[in-house]
Amino acid sequence: MISIKEFVSPIKPDWCPGCGDYGVLNALQRALSELDIAPHNVLVVSGIGCSSNLPGFIRSYGFHSLHGRSLPIAAGAKLANHALTVIATGGDGDGYGIGVGHFVHTCRRNFDMTYIVMDNQIYGLTTGQASPTTEKDIRTKSTPEGTIEIALSPIALALTCGATYVARGFSGESLQLANLIKGAIEHKGFALVDVFSPCVTYNKHNTYPWFKERVYKLEDEKHDPSNFDAAMQKAFEWGNRIPIGLFYKVDRSTYEDEEIALRGGVPLVKQTVYRTPDELARAMEEFL
Amino acid sequence: MSETHTDLSVWVGGAAGDGIAASGESFAKASTRSGYHVFAYNSYQSVIRGGHVCMHIRIGQQRVWTHGDQLDYLVALNQDTVARYAKRIQAGGALFYNTDKFPVKPEQVAPGVQVIGLPVMALVGNQLMQNIALMGALYQVIGLDPAEFKGLIRERFAKKGDQIVQTNLDAFDKSAEHARAHGTPGDIRVGKSDGKRRLIASGNALIGFGALAAGCRFYSAYPMTPASSILHWMVNQGSKNGVLVKQAEDEIAVINMAIGAAHAGVRSMCGTAGGGFALMTEAIGEAAMTETPVVVVEVQRGGPSTGLPTKTEQADLFQLLGASQGDFPKAILAPRTLPECYSTTIEAFNLAEKYQIPVIISSDLYLSERNETLDGLDINHVPVDRGELVTEVNGAPYRRFKDSKTGVSPRALPGTPNAIYVSATDEHDEDGVVISDVFTNPKMRVKMMDKRMRKLEGILKEFPDPQLEGPKDAELTLVGWGSTYQVLAEAMQILNKDGAKVNIFAPVYLWPFKGAEARKLLDRAKMTLAIEANYTGQFSKFLQMETGFGVQHHLRKYDGEPFEIRAVVSHIRQLLANKSKGPTVVSQVSDEGLPENFSPIAMPGSEAVRVH
Repeated sequence: MISIKEFVSPIKPDWCPGCGDYGVLNALQRALSELDIAPHNVLVVSGIGCSSNLPGFIRSYGFHSLHGRSLPIAAGAKLANHALTVIATGGDGDGYGIGVGHFVHTCRRNFDMTYIVMDNQIYGLTTGQASPTTEKDIRTKSTPEGTIEIALSPIALALTCGATYVARGFSGESLQLANLIKGAIEHKGFALVDVFSPCVTYNKHNTYPWFKERVYKLEDEKHDPSNFDAAMQKAFEWGNRIPIGLFYKVDRSTYEDEEIALRGGVPLVKQTVYRTPDELARAMEEFL
Repeated sequence: MSETHTDLSVWVGGAAGDGIAASGESFAKASTRSGYHVFAYNSYQSVIRGGHVCMHIRIGQQRVWTHGDQLDYLVALNQDTVARYAKRIQAGGALFYNTDKFPVKPEQVAPGVQVIGLPVMALVGNQLMQNIALMGALYQVIGLDPAEFKGLIRERFAKKGDQIVQTNLDAFDKSAEHARAHGTPGDIRVGKSDGKRRLIASGNALIGFGALAAGCRFYSAYPMTPASSILHWMVNQGSKNGVLVKQAEDEIAVINMAIGAAHAGVRSMCGTAGGGFALMTEAIGEAAMTETPVVVVEVQRGGPSTGLPTKTEQADLFQLLGASQGDFPKAILAPRTLPECYSTTIEAFNLAEKYQIPVIISSDLYLSERNETLDGLDINHVPVDRGELVTEVNGAPYRRFKDSKTGVSPRALPGTPNAIYVSATDEHDEDGVVISDVFTNPKMRVKMMDKRMRKLEGILKEFPDPQLEGPKDAELTLVGWGSTYQVLAEAMQILNKDGAKVNIFAPVYLWPFKGAEARKLLDRAKMTLAIEANYTGQFSKFLQMETGFGVQHHLRKYDGEPFEIRAVVSHIRQLLANKSKGPTVVSQVSDEGLPENFSPIAMPGSEAVRVH
């Protein structure tokens, strides 16, 4: 097993003391260590936001991209080198707000990669505006009278769009979270791990105690993750009881499995860039 | 009196769905195979069925630079085509139409124009074959050997079985015989071809082929006219050769996927039109900031906004120059000819990887969608320069963004042991560590900016100097870029043959720009005329910005149709005669034969399905 220390970056996280993202970082490091994946074979891609700073704080390859664009960057990298373990990370604003279009289609495509969303129901880095997962009627800096929109359900959205591994964790439940992430990375297909990762500075509503009082583990209630309808029902459970754990898991061929250019199994990046004149002459025949 | 010319023009017009491809494209290809130089421009609308399509095919004994604006033979698949263009047929030419569909009155054509009506049903028994039938009559009157065209009928219909092939060949022969019996040989003839074997391709296909030759392994796109045919070419030809082609949900995903693939180490390209490029802009800066090599093709169409989806324009230059916030290194190449579509694409990949920057290829509809003959392409010596790649790291710690004299830092790909780093869009230090959040480091910021911007110096040195083409002591220098170059080239040829002295300034390498070198050339000009397809004269403004030189005269076009050679030449003759000091700004508009009070509401086919 590769020591968890191998995944510790010399850069200390700049998150607020008590931020939920610390728990997510630790869980990810633990999962990678237990899965025995060498740090240089891991690419962590993020967007912009507090949680999107994560690639800087884990010792692996990283790409800290634009706001909302982690998934297409991750997809491009995965398609170019499917030997890499590709993990996208970010927040709820990044993934379910500005990047939600990419989220929908990435679920559908079933690339073999993992998406960890540190969901704190608020825009933290921009100092506290409403996010797509902010509940209705919550007052934030941008909604002083309370939000008019209802919250988006990332779990239901992922299920609807065809994600093949759909889970929710809580950074206060680190062991379960590490296992969910481990399962996500091991899963062959697109895996979403939405994580309740409280913002201690700007979200005074969805706090640690708030979550602790409400969350329960799906595995404790014998939820069957192969049952899509049951998963969908659980996805909308909110209020006094909120489920965490593995909602749904199914095996479906991945995008990489079916892509013609990858049929030989050799990653694109390992294929030559030098074309022979014969190859080119054949392609040129249609110009004759 | 039969007259032999060095070139002639055939237009095939009809509604979308009338089979213009089977007739017009095959005529272009057959003429190529017969050894002629060919230029085929398809003027079409943004509808799947209905609307108006007219393929302009000009064939010649020598290189044909533009689609021309002279009409010798018109194949009219619908009445609209006759209404619009019949009057423009030159004396000695002919009009071909199907008498079952509509009547043509003698006064609809100019004196000396032959009108050949084919009773298609009586002749070949199937209206669906009217396009092939009319081509049979055309070949008979025009006096060209139909062997290659018939060969193409066989190729095109082979999949449908021998009987269909034979029925089409019979339709062709019967119509030819009818034209022989009822018409007279056409007076406008083209001289014998040199019989040389040439290629015929579109600009977009050659950008695709250039990418393939350059070792591109990843191409992403979202459908958008006039860039979609690159996507189609890559799907058809690239996929057979191990290129992964990904259609994404929008152009933002398109370019980010391309950047992701490039970051992982493959040669990667994406393509779009102006509107899609607008969506891509933020990521152009992302590629530059993360020092990721990516090639982006922008095929311009008529703007602004959705604009003229199927029409040509050159009004995106400022968008390309200004794309994305902040200062960063990038390169913009603007091919002007089909062979340049191939060669600049290869160059773009090398520049992108050598300097780890985004490289933009600027094209436009007139260049990208026309089919033209070319003598050949060098596929035996394709230069591939991957830049500095690190495959092994031992000893000294690897610094991904290490400062250097050239501004380029050796690149290790994800998966390489001992080289771990993060590429960030935030400002970062040589190790890739973000310096923008907790504290900003002004000195480091300047160091990293300088490092990145220094790349432009190397690129400039590498770029060839701009050139003047034509006589050094010209009375007039024509200034242009992109597809307009060939219009300038034909104008120069025509004018200089008549004793005028005209030369051309049309650089391919637009960014970074060799301003001082360009200025030297422009200072030699006695008189200058910029010809560009936009409203504001973006290229002239760009030149002024980069050289301080103000072009005197301006000829512009923003009606969506390409420049027409006779109109351009006559404008230049006038300028030369007046020796006007300028400035003059003139815009030209094509005559598409529409009635004064044209309204699409009253037009048949207006129920057509619209697409973009």
